[in-house]
Amino acid sequence: MNGLSVPEKLSINKYELDESPHIKVDQEICRKRCQNRVCLFICPAKVYNEQNGELAVDHAGCLECGTCLVACTQKAIDWQYPAGGFGIVYRNG
Amino acid sequence: MSDYDAIVVGAGPAGLAAAYRLAKAGAEVLVIERGSYPGAKNLSGGLLFGRILRELIPEFPQEAPLERHINRYILTFMTKDSTFNLDFKGQGFSQEPHNGYSVLRAKFDRWLGEKAEEAGATLITNIKVDSLLMENNVVKGIVAGEEEMTANVVIAADGVLSFLAEQAGLRDRYNPANFAVGVKELIGLDRTTLEERFGLTGNEGTEYAMLGYPTKGVSGGAFFYTNADSISVGLVMHIDHTSSHQVSPSEVLEDFLAHPAIAPLIRGGKVLEYGAHVVPEGGYNALQKLFTDGLLVVGDAAGLGSNNGFTVRGMDLAIASGIYAADTILEAKAKGDFSAATLASYKKKLEDSFVLKDMKTYAGAAAFMKGDRLFNAYPKLVEGIFTSIYTQQSTPKENLLKSVLKARKESGVTYMSLGSDVWKAVKNL
Repeated sequence: MNGLSVPEKLSINKYELDESPHIKVDQEICRKRCQNRVCLFICPAKVYNEQNGELAVDHAGCLECGTCLVACTQKAIDWQYPAGGFGIVYRNG
Repeated sequence: MSDYDAIVVGAGPAGLAAAYRLAKAGAEVLVIERGSYPGAKNLSGGLLFGRILRELIPEFPQEAPLERHINRYILTFMTKDSTFNLDFKGQGFSQEPHNGYSVLRAKFDRWLGEKAEEAGATLITNIKVDSLLMENNVVKGIVAGEEEMTANVVIAADGVLSFLAEQAGLRDRYNPANFAVGVKELIGLDRTTLEERFGLTGNEGTEYAMLGYPTKGVSGGAFFYTNADSISVGLVMHIDHTSSHQVSPSEVLEDFLAHPAIAPLIRGGKVLEYGAHVVPEGGYNALQKLFTDGLLVVGDAAGLGSNNGFTVRGMDLAIASGIYAADTILEAKAKGDFSAATLASYKKKLEDSFVLKDMKTYAGAAAFMKGDRLFNAYPKLVEGIFTSIYTQQSTPKENLLKSVLKARKESGVTYMSLGSDVWKAVKNL
């Protein structure tokens, strides 16, 4: 019914943007060991995308759900909570 | 001498229940929350079952920002073209004390935070706890930025990912088999339309649990329930299955919302918020260590969640674990001993209560829910049977048994697997 894209949905949310990224990816592990690129399809915020064979991360839209951290069995993702007060702010939850 | 009797990391239901209980008993307790208010980081796709909260705060039904009490529960088997509902409406659920409520966590947790503060707990927000302060494997407090704060006991209420429990060596790195990803939309709908559409009177509410098509064959399910003037709708999908099926939860959610049975229910609604969170789904068999010297783990951080397909529980288990953690700390304070040996009574309290008893009852449910047939073949089977029963043709109707046998054949379910699944369902649910 709504047919909104993920970026459109994220734009409805409230975020306090933290300039310094809370997600880091070990490209070496991705290149050498990853079979399925699970982060590209499983992330509900579509934070991950592929650019010139490298994984790019757009941390600003992160919902802090932790799915990528659990799903990446190669442990290529270094994921921490954003600094206090930053990141997603659920107004309803 | 420690700064506090207890430092609670994380202002969700588990942490705040513990803080409330401790503060009420006169203990010095600090709650640290990384969001700008309790609930700012919290999300739920389930109902709040009120029994244990009533024991902690008897006046909560009058005070808490509850959306609706749920008196109608619908279990739906869904395929692309059909829905089969088990629809239960209990008038008993409309009477005080109500069984379950829909809540919005940014509102509910904030209220619970205020209750804890009124009781005497100190709450600080916008602070991220970086790590535990440890001495010789004993937890002595927390580290946040440059600051260190000490406590006799730290309560790790830091949610399903619990970095603190991991640092203390109480849990392994995440096994995808024990977690699900939940994606959720909150859809605003004016109150009159909502009540007319769902046949609701006053503060009544309806909850749906849906299996099959919603998750595209991935083990998990959909949830759908009414709030005061909005609808919470989303999916919960096991992470290992989602990975191996290579599907995108956000795309699967879109298809689900467009299903002919769902689209009319949310028609005219406006998306107010989109969220996601990992959910503990491993059940009893996936529980890890819940305490060590100077540390207790509660709620999602402890893996306390229960899902038997009909009912998904987490918040009431979280609140209960917070209460038992607080009671354990009060006992330890009386003894002046905060070692693991004393704190072990926390585990005992959980075991003696509905928390671990219920989780144990449904211990097999987590594995049972992983069965492919539950999400693919059975909704298909149900569709086949009822399509045949209700379809009127120009040829004479076959009897019911024949219809069932034919539908079974078409669904690909063997007698052997049917028998074994029924047995497993009876045993585990």
